[in-house]
Amino acid sequence: MATATTSDTTEAQLSFRRPSGARTVKNALATVYVGVATLLALIPLVWVLWTVVSKGARLVFSSTWWLESQRGITPRREGGGAYHAIVGTLEIGLICAVIAVPLGVLGAIFLVEYARGTRAARVVSFTVDILSGIPSIVAALFVYALVITILGFGRSAVAVALSLVLLMLPVVLRSTEEMLKLVPDSLREASYALGVPKWKTILQVVIPTSFGGISTGVMLGLARVMGETAPLLILVSYAVGINFSPTSATMGSLPTMINAGRDVAPGLPGYDRTWAAALTLIIIVMLLNLVARGIARATKLKEK
Amino acid sequence: MAKRIDAKNVDIYYGAFHAVQDVSLTVEPRTVTAFIGPSGCGKSTFLRTLNRMHEVIPGAHVTGSVQLDGTDLYAPGVDPVAVRRVVGMVFQRPNPFPSMSIFDNVASGLRLNGVKNKGVLSDAVERSLMAANLWNEVKDRLGRAGMGLSGGQQQRLCIARAIAVEPQVLLMDEPCSALDPISTLAIEDLINQLKESFTVVIVTHNMQQAARVSDQTAFFNLAAQGKPGRLIEVGTTETIFSNPTEKATEDYITGRFG
Repeated sequence: MATATTSDTTEAQLSFRRPSGARTVKNALATVYVGVATLLALIPLVWVLWTVVSKGARLVFSSTWWLESQRGITPRREGGGAYHAIVGTLEIGLICAVIAVPLGVLGAIFLVEYARGTRAARVVSFTVDILSGIPSIVAALFVYALVITILGFGRSAVAVALSLVLLMLPVVLRSTEEMLKLVPDSLREASYALGVPKWKTILQVVIPTSFGGISTGVMLGLARVMGETAPLLILVSYAVGINFSPTSATMGSLPTMINAGRDVAPGLPGYDRTWAAALTLIIIVMLLNLVARGIARATKLKEK
Repeated sequence: MAKRIDAKNVDIYYGAFHAVQDVSLTVEPRTVTAFIGPSGCGKSTFLRTLNRMHEVIPGAHVTGSVQLDGTDLYAPGVDPVAVRRVVGMVFQRPNPFPSMSIFDNVASGLRLNGVKNKGVLSDAVERSLMAANLWNEVKDRLGRAGMGLSGGQQQRLCIARAIAVEPQVLLMDEPCSALDPISTLAIEDLINQLKESFTVVIVTHNMQQAARVSDQTAFFNLAAQGKPGRLIEVGTTETIFSNPTEKATEDYITGRFG
Protein backbone atom coordinates (compact mmCIF):
# COMPACT_ATOMS: atom_id res chain seq x y z
CA MET A 1 0.00 0.00 0.00
CA ALA A 2 2.85 2.35 0.87
CA THR A 3 4.51 1.76 -2.49
CA ALA A 4 1.24 2.39 -4.31
CA THR A 5 0.83 5.75 -2.59
CA THR A 6 4.38 6.74 -3.42
CA SER A 7 4.02 5.89 -7.09
CA ASP A 8 0.68 7.73 -7.21
CA THR A 9 2.21 10.94 -5.93
CA THR A 10 5.16 10.75 -8.26
CA GLU A 11 2.97 10.18 -11.29
CA ALA A 12 0.06 12.46 -10.50
CA GLN A 13 0.65 16.14 -10.13
CA LEU A 14 1.18 17.23 -6.53
CA SER A 15 -1.75 19.20 -5.16
CA PHE A 16 -1.97 20.94 -1.81
CA ARG A 17 -5.72 21.43 -1.70
CA ARG A 18 -7.60 22.77 1.27
CA PRO A 19 -8.66 20.05 3.78
CA SER A 20 -11.85 18.26 2.74
CA GLY A 21 -15.17 19.40 4.17
CA ALA A 22 -15.51 16.32 6.42
CA ARG A 23 -12.09 16.93 7.89
CA THR A 24 -12.86 20.59 8.59
CA VAL A 25 -16.07 19.62 10.39
CA LYS A 26 -14.36 16.88 12.44
CA ASN A 27 -11.63 19.29 13.42
CA ALA A 28 -14.13 21.91 14.55
CA LEU A 29 -16.16 19.34 16.52
CA ALA A 30 -13.08 17.95 18.26
CA THR A 31 -11.93 21.44 19.17
CA VAL A 32 -15.33 22.20 20.71
CA TYR A 33 -15.38 18.89 22.65
CA VAL A 34 -11.92 19.48 24.10
CA GLY A 35 -12.72 23.08 25.01
CA VAL A 36 -16.05 22.20 26.66
CA ALA A 37 -14.46 19.34 28.63
CA THR A 38 -11.82 21.73 29.97
CA LEU A 39 -14.49 24.24 31.00
CA LEU A 40 -16.62 21.55 32.70
CA ALA A 41 -13.59 20.36 34.64
CA LEU A 42 -12.88 23.92 35.77
CA ILE A 43 -16.44 24.71 36.91
CA PRO A 44 -16.46 22.76 40.21
CA LEU A 45 -12.94 23.95 40.99
CA VAL A 46 -13.76 27.62 40.52
CA TRP A 47 -17.11 27.19 42.25
CA VAL A 48 -15.56 25.67 45.38
CA LEU A 49 -12.83 28.28 45.47
CA TRP A 50 -15.30 31.13 44.99
CA THR A 51 -17.66 29.85 47.69
CA VAL A 52 -14.87 29.39 50.22
CA VAL A 53 -13.20 32.71 49.45
CA SER A 54 -16.42 34.72 49.45
CA LYS A 55 -17.64 33.25 52.74
CA GLY A 56 -14.33 33.00 54.54
CA ALA A 57 -12.28 35.98 53.37
CA ARG A 58 -13.68 38.49 55.85
CA LEU A 59 -12.45 36.61 58.93
CA VAL A 60 -9.21 35.37 57.38
CA PHE A 61 -8.11 38.95 56.72
CA SER A 62 -8.55 39.98 60.35
CA SER A 63 -5.51 39.78 62.61
CA THR A 64 -7.33 38.09 65.50
CA TRP A 65 -7.95 35.10 63.19
CA TRP A 66 -4.24 34.29 63.15
CA LEU A 67 -3.58 35.15 66.81
CA GLU A 68 -6.49 33.84 68.92
CA SER A 69 -8.07 30.48 69.65
CA GLN A 70 -11.69 29.44 70.06
CA ARG A 71 -11.43 29.03 73.84
CA GLY A 72 -14.64 30.16 75.54
CA ILE A 73 -16.33 31.01 72.25
CA THR A 74 -19.65 29.44 71.27
CA PRO A 75 -21.18 29.33 67.77
CA ARG A 76 -23.42 32.22 68.78
CA ARG A 77 -20.55 34.48 69.83
CA GLU A 78 -18.37 36.62 67.54
CA GLY A 79 -14.60 36.58 67.86
CA GLY A 80 -11.70 34.25 68.37
CA GLY A 81 -9.48 32.81 65.67
CA ALA A 82 -7.94 29.68 64.24
CA TYR A 83 -4.51 29.99 65.83
CA HIS A 84 -5.02 26.76 67.83
CA ALA A 85 -5.98 24.86 64.68
CA ILE A 86 -3.21 26.34 62.52
CA VAL A 87 -0.63 25.43 65.18
CA GLY A 88 -2.02 21.90 65.38
CA THR A 89 -2.08 21.37 61.61
CA LEU A 90 1.46 22.71 61.16
CA GLU A 91 2.79 20.76 64.14
CA ILE A 92 1.29 17.48 62.98
CA GLY A 93 2.55 18.15 59.45
CA LEU A 94 6.04 18.88 60.77
CA ILE A 95 6.21 15.71 62.89
CA CYS A 96 4.97 13.72 59.93
CA ALA A 97 7.56 15.26 57.60
CA VAL A 98 10.41 14.74 60.07
CA ILE A 99 9.65 11.01 60.04
CA ALA A 100 8.51 10.49 56.44
CA VAL A 101 11.09 12.57 54.54
CA PRO A 102 14.28 10.83 55.76
CA LEU A 103 12.66 7.41 55.45
CA GLY A 104 11.35 8.14 51.96
CA VAL A 105 14.51 9.77 50.61
CA LEU A 106 16.85 7.16 52.11
CA GLY A 107 14.59 4.36 50.90
CA ALA A 108 14.60 5.79 47.40
CA ILE A 109 18.40 6.10 47.48
CA PHE A 110 18.62 2.44 48.46
CA LEU A 111 16.25 1.38 45.69
CA VAL A 112 17.90 3.40 42.93
CA GLU A 113 21.58 3.52 43.90
CA TYR A 114 22.12 0.19 45.63
CA ALA A 115 19.39 -2.23 44.63
CA ARG A 116 18.44 -1.14 41.11
CA GLY A 117 17.15 -4.02 39.01
CA THR A 118 17.20 -6.50 41.89
CA ARG A 119 14.31 -8.58 43.14
CA ALA A 120 14.35 -6.74 46.47
CA ALA A 121 13.89 -3.40 44.70
CA ARG A 122 10.94 -4.69 42.68
CA VAL A 123 9.25 -6.10 45.79
CA VAL A 124 9.72 -2.84 47.73
CA SER A 125 8.51 -0.70 44.81
CA PHE A 126 5.44 -2.87 44.43
CA THR A 127 4.69 -2.73 48.15
CA VAL A 128 5.06 1.04 48.18
CA ASP A 129 2.65 1.29 45.26
CA ILE A 130 0.07 -0.67 47.23
CA LEU A 131 0.74 1.45 50.30
CA SER A 132 0.05 4.62 48.31
CA GLY A 133 -3.48 3.37 47.65
CA ILE A 134 -4.37 2.97 51.34
CA PRO A 135 -7.39 5.06 52.38
CA SER A 136 -6.53 7.44 55.21
CA ILE A 137 -9.08 5.86 57.54
CA VAL A 138 -7.39 2.49 57.19
CA ALA A 139 -4.04 4.06 58.05
CA ALA A 140 -5.68 5.72 61.05
CA LEU A 141 -7.28 2.48 62.29
CA PHE A 142 -4.00 0.64 61.83
CA VAL A 143 -2.19 3.18 64.02
CA TYR A 144 -5.09 3.06 66.52
CA ALA A 145 -4.78 -0.72 66.76
CA LEU A 146 -0.99 -0.70 67.01
CA VAL A 147 -0.18 2.38 69.09
CA ILE A 148 -3.26 2.68 71.27
CA THR A 149 -4.75 -0.81 71.64
CA ILE A 150 -1.60 -2.94 71.56
CA LEU A 151 1.14 -0.61 72.82
CA GLY A 152 -1.17 1.16 75.23
CA PHE A 153 -0.34 4.81 74.45
CA GLY A 154 -3.12 7.37 74.60
CA ARG A 155 -4.60 9.25 71.68
CA SER A 156 -2.31 12.09 70.60
CA ALA A 157 -1.11 14.31 67.77
CA VAL A 158 1.90 12.01 67.46
CA ALA A 159 -0.42 9.11 66.68
CA VAL A 160 -2.07 11.26 63.98
CA ALA A 161 1.35 12.11 62.55
CA LEU A 162 2.27 8.42 62.48
CA SER A 163 -0.79 7.54 60.43
CA LEU A 164 -0.05 10.47 58.09
CA VAL A 165 3.47 9.08 57.68
CA LEU A 166 1.88 5.97 56.18
CA LEU A 167 0.19 8.21 53.62
CA MET A 168 3.10 10.55 52.93
CA LEU A 169 5.92 8.00 52.79
CA PRO A 170 4.87 6.39 49.48
CA VAL A 171 4.52 9.82 47.83
CA VAL A 172 7.98 10.94 48.95
CA LEU A 173 9.63 7.61 48.19
CA ARG A 174 8.18 7.21 44.72
CA SER A 175 8.77 10.79 43.63
CA THR A 176 12.36 10.72 44.95
CA GLU A 177 12.91 7.38 43.22
CA GLU A 178 11.75 8.81 39.88
CA MET A 179 13.94 11.90 40.32
CA LEU A 180 17.04 9.82 41.13
CA LYS A 181 16.39 7.62 38.11
CA LEU A 182 16.44 10.73 35.92
CA VAL A 183 20.06 11.46 36.90
CA PRO A 184 22.11 10.08 33.98
CA ASP A 185 24.57 7.29 34.80
CA SER A 186 27.23 9.23 32.91
CA LEU A 187 27.35 11.68 35.85
CA ARG A 188 27.88 8.88 38.35
CA GLU A 189 30.62 7.44 36.13
CA ALA A 190 32.25 10.85 35.78
CA SER A 191 32.40 11.08 39.54
CA TYR A 192 33.72 7.53 40.02
CA ALA A 193 36.40 8.24 37.41
CA LEU A 194 37.65 11.07 39.62
CA GLY A 195 38.27 8.58 42.40
CA VAL A 196 35.20 9.66 44.36
CA PRO A 197 33.60 6.93 46.51
CA LYS A 198 30.01 5.93 45.85
CA TRP A 199 28.48 7.52 48.96
CA LYS A 200 30.12 10.86 48.18
CA THR A 201 28.98 10.59 44.58
CA ILE A 202 25.40 10.17 45.81
CA LEU A 203 25.62 13.05 48.29
CA GLN A 204 27.54 15.54 46.15
CA VAL A 205 26.56 14.71 42.58
CA VAL A 206 23.34 12.70 42.40
CA ILE A 207 21.29 14.48 45.08
CA PRO A 208 22.28 18.06 44.11
CA THR A 209 21.39 17.22 40.51
CA SER A 210 17.91 16.03 41.51
CA PHE A 211 17.35 18.28 44.55
CA GLY A 212 14.64 20.43 42.97
CA GLY A 213 12.54 17.43 42.04
CA ILE A 214 13.00 15.73 45.40
CA SER A 215 11.93 18.80 47.38
CA THR A 216 8.94 19.36 45.11
CA GLY A 217 7.85 15.77 45.84
CA VAL A 218 8.26 16.36 49.58
CA MET A 219 6.17 19.54 49.49
CA LEU A 220 3.42 17.96 47.43
CA GLY A 221 3.38 14.95 49.78
CA LEU A 222 3.07 17.29 52.73
CA ALA A 223 0.29 19.27 51.08
CA ARG A 224 -1.54 16.00 50.49
CA VAL A 225 -1.53 14.91 54.14
CA MET A 226 -2.19 18.34 55.70
CA GLY A 227 -5.83 18.17 54.70
CA GLU A 228 -6.44 14.56 55.79
CA THR A 229 -9.28 14.34 58.29
CA ALA A 230 -9.95 10.72 59.19
CA PRO A 231 -6.78 10.25 61.31
CA LEU A 232 -7.60 13.46 63.20
CA LEU A 233 -11.11 12.25 64.01
CA ILE A 234 -9.93 8.86 65.24
CA LEU A 235 -6.59 9.52 66.89
CA VAL A 236 -6.95 12.84 68.71
CA SER A 237 -9.75 14.90 70.23
CA TYR A 238 -10.46 18.35 68.87
CA ALA A 239 -9.47 21.11 71.28
CA VAL A 240 -10.66 24.71 71.01
CA GLY A 241 -7.75 26.02 73.09
CA ILE A 242 -4.08 26.40 72.25
CA ASN A 243 -1.98 23.34 72.89
CA PHE A 244 1.58 22.87 71.75
CA SER A 245 2.15 19.43 73.26
CA PRO A 246 2.03 16.73 70.57
CA THR A 247 1.62 14.02 73.20
CA SER A 248 -1.54 15.34 74.86
CA ALA A 249 -4.84 13.72 73.98
CA THR A 250 -6.38 16.87 72.52
CA MET A 251 -5.23 19.18 69.78
CA GLY A 252 -6.89 21.59 67.41
CA SER A 253 -6.44 21.33 63.67
CA LEU A 254 -8.05 22.97 60.66
CA PRO A 255 -9.85 19.89 59.29
CA THR A 256 -11.37 19.09 62.68
CA MET A 257 -12.23 22.75 63.24
CA ILE A 258 -14.22 22.64 60.01
CA ASN A 259 -15.79 19.35 61.13
CA ALA A 260 -16.72 20.80 64.52
CA GLY A 261 -18.49 23.71 62.88
CA ARG A 262 -20.28 21.79 60.14
CA ASP A 263 -23.73 21.78 61.81
CA VAL A 264 -23.76 25.45 62.85
CA ALA A 265 -26.78 27.21 61.36
CA PRO A 266 -26.14 29.79 58.61
CA GLY A 267 -26.12 33.34 59.91
CA LEU A 268 -24.46 32.51 63.20
CA PRO A 269 -20.86 33.74 63.74
CA GLY A 270 -19.67 30.13 64.04
CA TYR A 271 -20.88 29.50 60.47
CA ASP A 272 -18.53 32.13 59.06
CA ARG A 273 -15.65 30.76 61.13
CA THR A 274 -16.12 27.32 59.59
CA TRP A 275 -15.76 28.76 56.08
CA ALA A 276 -12.79 30.83 57.21
CA ALA A 277 -11.12 27.66 58.57
CA ALA A 278 -11.65 26.00 55.19
CA LEU A 279 -10.10 28.98 53.42
CA THR A 280 -7.15 28.93 55.84
CA LEU A 281 -6.49 25.27 55.06
CA ILE A 282 -6.60 25.98 51.33
CA ILE A 283 -4.19 28.89 51.81
CA ILE A 284 -1.72 26.74 53.76
CA VAL A 285 -1.79 23.96 51.15
CA MET A 286 -1.44 26.55 48.38
CA LEU A 287 1.54 28.12 50.15
CA LEU A 288 3.20 24.69 50.35
CA ASN A 289 2.69 24.25 46.62
CA LEU A 290 4.12 27.71 45.98
CA VAL A 291 7.14 26.91 48.17
CA ALA A 292 7.61 23.70 46.18
CA ARG A 293 7.58 25.67 42.94
CA GLY A 294 9.90 28.27 44.40
CA ILE A 295 12.40 25.61 45.45
CA ALA A 296 12.15 23.94 42.07
CA ARG A 297 12.82 27.25 40.35
CA ALA A 298 15.65 28.30 42.65
CA THR A 299 17.45 24.97 42.32
CA LYS A 300 16.76 24.59 38.63
CA LEU A 301 19.96 23.41 37.03
CA LYS A 302 21.78 26.32 35.52
CA GLU A 303 21.95 26.24 31.78
CA LYS A 304 23.69 29.53 31.17
CA MET B 1 54.49 11.26 37.26
CA ALA B 2 53.26 9.20 34.32
CA LYS B 3 53.14 5.45 34.86
CA ARG B 4 53.63 2.38 32.73
CA ILE B 5 50.76 -0.07 32.20
CA ASP B 6 51.35 -3.83 31.84
CA ALA B 7 48.30 -5.92 31.03
CA LYS B 8 48.87 -9.69 31.05
CA ASN B 9 46.37 -12.31 29.84
CA VAL B 10 43.35 -10.18 30.61
CA ASP B 11 39.99 -11.88 30.14
CA ILE B 12 36.82 -9.90 30.79
CA TYR B 13 33.38 -11.36 31.50
CA TYR B 14 29.94 -9.84 32.00
CA GLY B 15 28.24 -12.57 33.96
CA ALA B 16 28.54 -15.63 31.70
CA PHE B 17 29.32 -13.55 28.61
CA HIS B 18 32.99 -13.64 27.64
CA ALA B 19 33.57 -10.08 26.37
CA VAL B 20 37.33 -9.89 25.87
CA GLN B 21 39.79 -12.75 25.55
CA ASP B 22 43.44 -12.91 26.52
CA VAL B 23 44.74 -9.39 25.99
CA SER B 24 48.37 -8.64 26.83
CA LEU B 25 49.92 -5.28 26.07
CA THR B 26 52.27 -2.70 27.49
CA VAL B 27 51.78 1.05 27.47
CA GLU B 28 54.93 3.10 28.06
CA PRO B 29 54.80 6.22 30.22
CA ARG B 30 54.34 9.56 28.42
CA THR B 31 53.06 7.98 25.24
CA VAL B 32 49.70 7.91 23.52
CA THR B 33 48.27 4.50 22.73
CA ALA B 34 45.24 4.21 20.46
CA PHE B 35 42.79 1.29 20.53
CA ILE B 36 41.07 0.79 17.19
CA GLY B 37 38.69 -1.84 15.91
CA PRO B 38 35.07 -2.38 14.87
CA SER B 39 32.17 -1.75 17.28
CA GLY B 40 31.69 -4.47 19.88
CA CYS B 41 35.28 -5.68 19.67
CA GLY B 42 35.92 -4.98 23.34
CA LYS B 43 38.28 -2.02 23.07
CA SER B 44 36.15 0.21 25.31
CA THR B 45 35.58 -2.68 27.69
CA PHE B 46 39.30 -3.31 27.91
CA LEU B 47 39.93 0.42 28.42
CA ARG B 48 37.51 0.41 31.34
CA THR B 49 39.34 -2.45 33.04
CA LEU B 50 42.43 -0.22 33.19
CA ASN B 51 40.79 1.83 35.95
CA ARG B 52 38.24 -0.78 37.07
CA MET B 53 35.32 1.30 35.74
CA HIS B 54 33.76 -1.79 34.18
CA GLU B 55 32.90 -2.90 37.73
CA VAL B 56 30.08 -0.35 37.74
CA ILE B 57 28.15 -2.92 35.68
CA PRO B 58 26.91 -5.73 37.93
CA GLY B 59 28.35 -9.15 37.12
CA ALA B 60 31.51 -7.86 35.46
CA HIS B 61 34.74 -9.59 36.41
CA VAL B 62 38.29 -9.90 35.16
CA THR B 63 41.01 -12.54 35.20
CA GLY B 64 44.69 -11.93 34.46
CA SER B 65 46.59 -8.93 35.74
CA VAL B 66 46.86 -5.23 35.04
CA GLN B 67 49.94 -3.66 36.57
CA LEU B 68 50.68 0.01 37.01
CA ASP B 69 54.45 0.37 37.45
CA GLY B 70 54.49 -3.14 38.86
CA THR B 71 51.48 -2.77 41.20
CA ASP B 72 48.62 -5.11 40.36
CA LEU B 73 45.32 -3.22 40.15
CA TYR B 74 43.40 -6.46 40.68
CA ALA B 75 45.35 -7.77 43.70
CA PRO B 76 43.08 -8.62 46.65
CA GLY B 77 42.49 -5.66 48.91
CA VAL B 78 43.00 -3.05 46.19
CA ASP B 79 40.35 -0.32 46.45
CA PRO B 80 38.90 0.52 43.02
CA VAL B 81 38.29 4.07 44.26
CA ALA B 82 42.03 4.49 44.93
CA VAL B 83 42.82 3.06 41.47
CA ARG B 84 40.58 5.65 39.81
CA ARG B 85 42.36 8.47 41.61
CA VAL B 86 45.52 7.43 39.75
CA VAL B 87 43.93 6.42 36.45
CA GLY B 88 41.50 9.11 35.26
CA MET B 89 38.96 8.85 32.49
CA VAL B 90 37.26 11.02 29.87
CA PHE B 91 34.05 9.73 28.34
CA GLN B 92 32.46 9.58 24.93
CA ARG B 93 29.88 12.26 25.62
CA PRO B 94 30.81 15.37 27.58
CA ASN B 95 29.32 14.94 31.05
CA PRO B 96 29.91 18.05 33.17
CA PHE B 97 28.04 18.04 36.48
CA PRO B 98 24.87 20.05 35.78
CA SER B 99 24.55 21.25 39.37
CA MET B 100 27.97 22.89 39.30
CA SER B 101 29.63 25.96 37.78
CA ILE B 102 32.67 25.74 35.51
CA PHE B 103 34.95 26.34 38.50
CA ASP B 104 33.16 23.79 40.67
CA ASN B 105 33.25 21.18 37.90
CA VAL B 106 37.02 21.39 37.62
CA ALA B 107 37.45 21.57 41.40
CA SER B 108 35.01 18.73 42.02
CA GLY B 109 37.54 15.89 41.98
CA LEU B 110 39.75 17.62 44.54
CA ARG B 111 36.86 18.87 46.66
CA LEU B 112 35.15 15.50 46.82
CA ASN B 113 38.47 14.01 47.88
CA GLY B 114 38.67 16.41 50.80
CA VAL B 115 40.66 19.45 49.55
CA LYS B 116 39.13 22.57 51.11
CA ASN B 117 41.87 25.20 50.80
CA LYS B 118 40.56 27.87 48.41
CA GLY B 119 44.00 28.87 47.17
CA VAL B 120 44.92 25.29 46.33
CA LEU B 121 41.60 24.81 44.55
CA SER B 122 41.76 27.96 42.44
CA ASP B 123 45.38 27.23 41.49
CA ALA B 124 44.40 23.72 40.42
CA VAL B 125 41.39 25.01 38.46
CA GLU B 126 43.48 27.58 36.60
CA ARG B 127 46.28 25.11 35.88
CA SER B 128 43.88 22.40 34.65
CA LEU B 129 41.84 24.76 32.48
CA MET B 130 45.07 26.08 30.94
CA ALA B 131 46.28 22.54 30.32
CA ALA B 132 42.94 21.77 28.67
CA ASN B 133 43.22 24.89 26.43
CA LEU B 134 40.00 26.25 27.86
CA TRP B 135 41.24 28.95 30.25
CA ASN B 136 41.13 31.86 27.79
CA GLU B 137 37.58 31.03 26.77
CA VAL B 138 36.13 30.72 30.27
CA LYS B 139 38.35 32.72 32.63
CA ASP B 140 35.77 35.56 32.83
CA ARG B 141 32.83 33.27 33.56
CA LEU B 142 34.08 30.62 35.93
CA GLY B 143 30.90 30.99 38.00
CA ARG B 144 28.63 30.19 35.06
CA ALA B 145 27.20 26.73 34.52
CA GLY B 146 29.36 24.14 32.80
CA MET B 147 26.32 23.03 30.84
CA GLY B 148 26.20 26.41 29.08
CA LEU B 149 29.40 25.74 27.13
CA SER B 150 29.50 24.32 23.61
CA GLY B 151 30.00 20.56 23.15
CA GLY B 152 33.72 20.91 22.41
CA GLN B 153 34.21 23.25 25.35
CA GLN B 154 32.29 20.87 27.61
CA GLN B 155 34.57 18.02 26.58
CA ARG B 156 37.65 20.13 27.32
CA LEU B 157 36.03 21.03 30.64
CA CYS B 158 35.71 17.32 31.37
CA ILE B 159 39.36 16.82 30.46
CA ALA B 160 40.29 19.69 32.79
CA ARG B 161 38.20 18.05 35.51
CA ALA B 162 39.95 14.72 34.93
CA ILE B 163 43.49 16.17 35.03
CA ALA B 164 42.80 18.44 38.03
CA VAL B 165 43.21 15.45 40.34
CA GLU B 166 46.64 14.85 38.76
CA PRO B 167 46.21 11.25 37.65
CA GLN B 168 49.16 9.23 36.34
CA VAL B 169 47.23 7.83 33.41
CA LEU B 170 44.40 9.35 31.38
CA LEU B 171 41.97 7.02 29.61
CA MET B 172 39.83 8.52 26.84
CA ASP B 173 36.86 6.62 25.49
CA GLU B 174 36.12 8.04 22.03
CA PRO B 175 36.48 11.59 23.37
CA CYS B 176 35.78 13.25 20.02
CA SER B 177 32.94 11.15 18.70
CA ALA B 178 30.31 13.71 19.70
CA LEU B 179 32.32 16.70 18.48
CA ASP B 180 32.69 18.68 15.27
CA PRO B 181 36.05 18.67 13.37
CA ILE B 182 37.27 21.94 14.86
CA SER B 183 36.63 20.82 18.43
CA THR B 184 38.19 17.47 17.53
CA LEU B 185 41.34 19.23 16.36
CA ALA B 186 41.46 21.18 19.63
CA ILE B 187 41.24 17.93 21.62
CA GLU B 188 43.90 16.27 19.48
CA ASP B 189 46.29 19.18 20.01
CA LEU B 190 45.53 18.84 23.67
CA ILE B 191 46.34 15.13 23.69
CA ASN B 192 49.74 15.91 22.18
CA GLN B 193 50.42 18.30 25.05
CA LEU B 194 49.02 15.99 27.68
CA LYS B 195 51.44 13.21 26.82
CA GLU B 196 54.28 15.36 28.12
CA SER B 197 52.98 14.66 31.61
CA PHE B 198 50.49 11.78 31.36
CA THR B 199 50.27 8.32 29.92
CA VAL B 200 47.31 8.50 27.54
CA VAL B 201 45.20 5.65 26.20
CA ILE B 202 42.51 6.60 23.69
CA VAL B 203 39.78 4.55 22.06
CA THR B 204 38.81 5.88 18.66
CA HIS B 205 36.77 4.92 15.63
CA ASN B 206 38.59 7.48 13.57
CA MET B 207 41.62 5.93 11.89
CA GLN B 208 43.11 9.28 10.93
CA GLN B 209 42.84 10.34 14.52
CA ALA B 210 44.70 7.26 15.68
CA ALA B 211 47.40 7.93 13.09
CA ARG B 212 47.64 11.61 14.08
CA VAL B 213 47.80 11.38 17.84
CA SER B 214 49.18 8.01 18.87
CA ASP B 215 52.64 6.54 19.25
CA GLN B 216 51.36 3.00 19.61
CA THR B 217 48.25 1.43 18.09
CA ALA B 218 46.41 -1.70 19.18
CA PHE B 219 43.91 -3.32 16.83
CA PHE B 220 41.04 -5.27 18.40
CA ASN B 221 38.64 -7.52 16.53
CA LEU B 222 36.13 -10.27 17.16
CA ALA B 223 35.77 -13.47 15.23
CA ALA B 224 31.97 -13.24 15.07
CA GLN B 225 29.03 -11.69 16.91
CA GLY B 226 28.76 -13.23 20.38
CA LYS B 227 32.40 -14.32 20.37
CA PRO B 228 34.85 -12.53 22.66
CA GLY B 229 36.89 -9.64 21.30
CA ARG B 230 40.63 -10.18 20.97
CA LEU B 231 43.73 -8.09 20.53
CA ILE B 232 44.89 -8.85 16.98
CA GLU B 233 47.97 -6.77 16.75
CA VAL B 234 49.81 -4.06 18.63
CA GLY B 235 52.82 -2.05 17.50
CA THR B 236 54.09 1.43 16.80
CA THR B 237 51.49 3.46 14.97
CA GLU B 238 53.85 3.76 12.02
CA THR B 239 54.18 -0.01 11.69
CA ILE B 240 50.47 -0.73 12.14
CA PHE B 241 49.46 1.81 9.51
CA SER B 242 52.22 1.18 6.96
CA ASN B 243 53.25 -2.42 7.41
CA PRO B 244 50.86 -4.46 9.58
CA THR B 245 51.67 -8.13 10.20
CA GLU B 246 48.08 -9.36 10.22
CA LYS B 247 45.84 -9.38 7.18
CA ALA B 248 42.84 -8.37 9.33
CA THR B 249 44.61 -5.22 10.53
CA GLU B 250 45.47 -4.20 7.00
CA ASP B 251 41.92 -4.85 5.83
CA TYR B 252 40.48 -2.77 8.64
CA ILE B 253 42.86 0.13 8.22
CA THR B 254 42.44 0.29 4.47
CA GLY B 255 38.68 0.19 4.94
CA ARG B 256 38.07 -3.14 3.29
CA PHE B 257 35.87 -4.22 6.19
CA GLY B 258 34.47 -2.89 9.43
